Amino acid sequence: MATVNVTDISKTYPNGAQAVHPASFDIADGELIVLVGPSGCGKSTLLRMVAGLEDITTGDLHIGARLVNNLDPAERDIAMVFQNYALYPHMSVAKNMAYGLKNRGASKEQIAAKVSEAAEMLSLTALLDRRPSQLSGGQRQRVAMGRAIVRDPALFLFDEPLSNLDAKLRHQMRVEIRNLQRRLNVTAMYVTHDQVEAMTMADRIFVLNAGRIEQIGTPSEIYRKPASTFVASFMGAPPMNLLLAQSVGGQVQIGGVALGLSCADGDVTVGIRPEQVAVTQGGTIPFKLTLVEELGASRLLHGTVAGQDFVVNAPNDDAALADDLMLDFAPDALHLFDAQTGQRL
Amino acid sequence: MKRAAFSQPLMPVALLLPQLVIIAVFFYWPAWEAIYSSFFLQDPFGFGSNFVGADNYTRLAKSSEYAKVAGFTVFFTVIVTVLSLGTALLLAVKADKVIRGAKTYRTLLMWVYAIAPPVAGFLGALLFDQNIGPITDLFAFFGYNLQIGLNYNDTAFAMIVVSVWKQIPVNFIFLLSGLQSIPVAVREAALIDNKSGTRRFWDITFPLLAPTAFFLLITNITYALFDTFGVIDIMVKGNPASNPITLVYKVYTDGFRGGDLGGSSAQSVVLMVLVLALTIMQFRMLERRIHYT
Repeated sequence: MATVNVTDISKTYPNGAQAVHPASFDIADGELIVLVGPSGCGKSTLLRMVAGLEDITTGDLHIGARLVNNLDPAERDIAMVFQNYALYPHMSVAKNMAYGLKNRGASKEQIAAKVSEAAEMLSLTALLDRRPSQLSGGQRQRVAMGRAIVRDPALFLFDEPLSNLDAKLRHQMRVEIRNLQRRLNVTAMYVTHDQVEAMTMADRIFVLNAGRIEQIGTPSEIYRKPASTFVASFMGAPPMNLLLAQSVGGQVQIGGVALGLSCADGDVTVGIRPEQVAVTQGGTIPFKLTLVEELGASRLLHGTVAGQDFVVNAPNDDAALADDLMLDFAPDALHLFDAQTGQRL
Repeated sequence: MKRAAFSQPLMPVALLLPQLVIIAVFFYWPAWEAIYSSFFLQDPFGFGSNFVGADNYTRLAKSSEYAKVAGFTVFFTVIVTVLSLGTALLLAVKADKVIRGAKTYRTLLMWVYAIAPPVAGFLGALLFDQNIGPITDLFAFFGYNLQIGLNYNDTAFAMIVVSVWKQIPVNFIFLLSGLQSIPVAVREAALIDNKSGTRRFWDITFPLLAPTAFFLLITNITYALFDTFGVIDIMVKGNPASNPITLVYKVYTDGFRGGDLGGSSAQSVVLMVLVLALTIMQFRMLERRIHYT
């Protein structure tokens, strides 16, 4: 249980590639932070720098009150859950969990108590004598969690812990991890490329792109006020529609239709979430339908607006759809971005 | 599993035949001949042989010379195995940690493996040569006159050094690939769980290396027992009497130099039983404990 304070940390590899550009942030005690972004955005590198598995090129990293830049991973009071579980194949479940405690000089009684407590919490009690090879994926994931829990660390680190599980188990473990973290009230950093995991688990989300933190915010802030077109298109499924529009005489227009928004004249990118578009007879924006995807509760209408790709998430009312429809956007559901930089206006 | 079917029943036999012939001619026949002749006493001039029952074996059991050679063989095997495995393990662990120029470094260490064994043996012998050997010169520098082929201990020393030296690259390659097959994440998890590098090695790395190490242990014992013949032959310089030799070399000297084919056959049968025991042990262990997944 601790705060994490990061000041201007960056990572440059010996070959000159900059994996993480200088980043600063603070994590509050007991907070769960999710680092999310596409592959190669530097989210895992950042996590591994906090763990001590990668060197920090510049900047300061404090866990609790301690500067830990030059401490070994074992001295940072952290516990990490890996994507491939990384269990010790030659040790039983109990020994896997006990190993970290044993090396920190805990007594046999303490270890036994901690292990049985964690096993209880994760319903692993019946499996304590098994080897990892005799466990299913979900059980291995639990053991990896148990190994982290018994240590009572200041900080939990999760490196895509659920990406090897099937969809159903992933959903279940997501809830379980979140509950455990709340119950134990341990500060946690969680890396994922899955934006659903990010939205559902995080207290705050860090969206990373090309080694930079694009935006830090609560899930609802990230969803409602994306800081850039990158965040807007990365978070949300299906992603936000981004249309190239023109501002003429201060009024933003698409295909000659004014949207009821104003900004300085010139090119501008307009964003709108597929679920905030209404298909109505009285709409003002023409939409050419090309494909319908059934999702059950709703359906996705793929097509074009003013010649640009556009998706509408419409309620599934089984009505037959014509090829040419009219759409209506509420002006307050629209997002404006700079057409060049992609930054929110 | 799908079974492949042959339309003609003789086809599989015909396909197996070349391999079976080779095994029969080069393995089973000589083995049978050895067992057979171990119960006979040969006339030294090759005029005939008499059945003597188990006499050759009882003679072996009573022979103090045989006991001495057997003792040296055990000593030699243990020393060569321990040193070649230990040195190779040390090199492999160090090479595994090299980050910059790792490929070049590893290739250099493996190059020795590409040298043909007889050439390596010859090079080893040159190193200890009485007149031009640099190792002999080194000992002379410290005031010790190294006499290979004359002094029992000196010869034993040279035999061990050359045998170990020849075996290190093979062990190194296997151990290095064994180390590299340990998942990175498992090592990283250990890094978080344990501060001490030495303890991490013995708690995590070494047990995960055990399947490779056990395989190498058996291979090295076999190597020290049997494949060091060439090295020994060069070192004793045709004068085995006053020099240390192993059981395999004694089979050769007694049979081909001493003309005692019966006794020599009895010795090779003993060695055959030894190899059989080693093989069974290897299969048992491989089947059972050492594999984790």
